[in-house]
Parts: sequence; C-alpha cells; structure tokens
Amino acid sequence: MSSQQAKDHPHAADVDRHVRAYITVFVALMVLTLVTVWVSSLRLSLRLAVSVALGIATVKASLVAGVFMHLSSEKKLIVLGLALTVVFFLFCLLMPGVSDALNNRL
Amino acid sequence: MSASALIPYTVETRPDTGLNNVKIGIWLFLASEVMLFGGLFAAYILLRIGAAQWPLGASILSVPLAAANTLVLISSSVTMVMSWASLVRKDFGKFRLFMGLTVLLGLVFMGIKATEYMTKFHHGLFPRTSTFLAIYFTLTGLHAAHVLGGMVVNAYLWGPGSAMWKSEPLRFTNRVEAAGLFWHFVDLVWIFLFPVLYLL
Repeated sequence: MSSQQAKDHPHAADVDRHVRAYITVFVALMVLTLVTVWVSSLRLSLRLAVSVALGIATVKASLVAGVFMHLSSEKKLIVLGLALTVVFFLFCLLMPGVSDALNNRL
Repeated sequence: MSASALIPYTVETRPDTGLNNVKIGIWLFLASEVMLFGGLFAAYILLRIGAAQWPLGASILSVPLAAANTLVLISSSVTMVMSWASLVRKDFGKFRLFMGLTVLLGLVFMGIKATEYMTKFHHGLFPRTSTFLAIYFTLTGLHAAHVLGGMVVNAYLWGPGSAMWKSEPLRFTNRVEAAGLFWHFVDLVWIFLFPVLYLL
C-alpha cells in the first residue's frame, strides 16, 4: 500500500469508533420509526401531523446521511454539490406555485 | 494495460479534488437520483394540493406492513455499513455475513412489498383507479426498482465480485463503500415515502 493510499483509507481503530455510532443510530432510527407510527394514531390537525411526520423523517434522514453515509465527515466538495442539488430541488418544488401566483396577479 | 490504469484514481485521492473518482462518481449519481425522486415528490405535492379530496393513506394502505418494511430497510442499512467496516478491519468472513444479511433483508423488503401490491390488485386497486394510487404505485414502484438494483450489486459483491478482495483489497473495499452509499440512499428515500404515502 502506498503512503497516499494509507492516508486516504480509514483504519480499524477509526472503524471501532464508527461502529459504536452505527449501533446508536440504528436504535435511534428504530425508536423514531415507532414514534412516527404512534404520532399518526393521534388525531392531530393535518398541518401539525405533516409538520411532525416530516420533522421526524428529516431527523432520521440526517442520521442516515450523516453517520451511515459519513456525510458529516465528508469533503466540502461533496457537501457543496449536494447543497446545489437541494437548491435545484426546491426550485422544482416551488416554481409551479410561484408561477400560479404570478398568473393570478396578472 | 489494466483497468485501473485506464481509469485512474479509483483508490488514490485525486490531487485536484481531494477525493477519489469512485467517491465523486457515486455522489454525482446520487445527486441525480435526488432530482429524480424530488421531481416525483413535487408532483405528489402538486397533485395533492390541487385535488378536491385526498384519501388518508392508512385508509387504503397497510401501515403495519409498511412500518415493518421500514424496520427491515433500516436494519439492512446497518448490516450494509457493517459489511464495509468488516473489510476495513480485514475480516472477510464478517463481511460475507453482513453482506449476505443485507441481501436477505432486501429480499424480505421486496417480499412484503409484493404482498402489499398483490393485495391491492386482488381488491381491484390499480394505478388507474385514482390519482392517489397512481402516485403511490409510481413512487413505490420506482423505489422497489432501486432496491432490486441495489440487491443485484450487493449479491455480486457478496458472490463472484468478492474475488477482488484477494487481488485488490482497497479497490474492493471502495466498491463496497460505493454500493453502500447507494443502499443508504434507497433507505433514505423510503424514510420519506413511508409517512408521506401511508400516514398523512
């Protein structure tokens, strides 16, 4: 293995630390899934139900992306690329609504 | 000339980006996947906002089956990342165990999904039946296709593809990491599909 390769790849000691985080996140994801199902059985208003369900889903997704996909320790280039993707996604999501609002005003 | 010479930096870091080509490639692919599912999520929201009436997912779909599938997919994400961790620890036996479990859990997910679909068809519920069912089958069908694709890659890495471990262990570990990133993304999409389609 070249010195460059050795520097670029994680070592067993780092992975031991990661494995503990994987188990913690696994338990958290299981609990949050059960909480999502329990909350849906409460008769909340649609607005509140959507906020709670998507809020929990966002926390779960952040745990998967941050820990399992190692995004929390990933290079800036990857994070910036994903941030740009999110901007395009939001544009895609909001554009029809904005277009409708503009048409109604004209 | 070997394949690694044709496509350089599959393992070593590129000096300009600070990343290897595999890492950049898989993240760019995942970014395109975000746009694919994102476009369909946007379509779902627009259809729902524009509809005079929209059914509660739980009144048509099975929440217990979908919740079980969520737990199965989360478990498979853990076994997937553990298979990568096993390779970093140079424990090939553990890799085979965890990767085999990942493929098995993928099969369980597809089995439950197939049961759900068959029940719907049996009750005369098809994509043409309503707008809700059309978007339900589109989103879950596309997701299931991704699960299937991931399973094929994982099964290859568990079976014939694992021969690379003996000749190029770092490159094989990199392949497993890239396959893992895709598998976690599939899990991530389901994390949003479950509440959006079944619970709201």
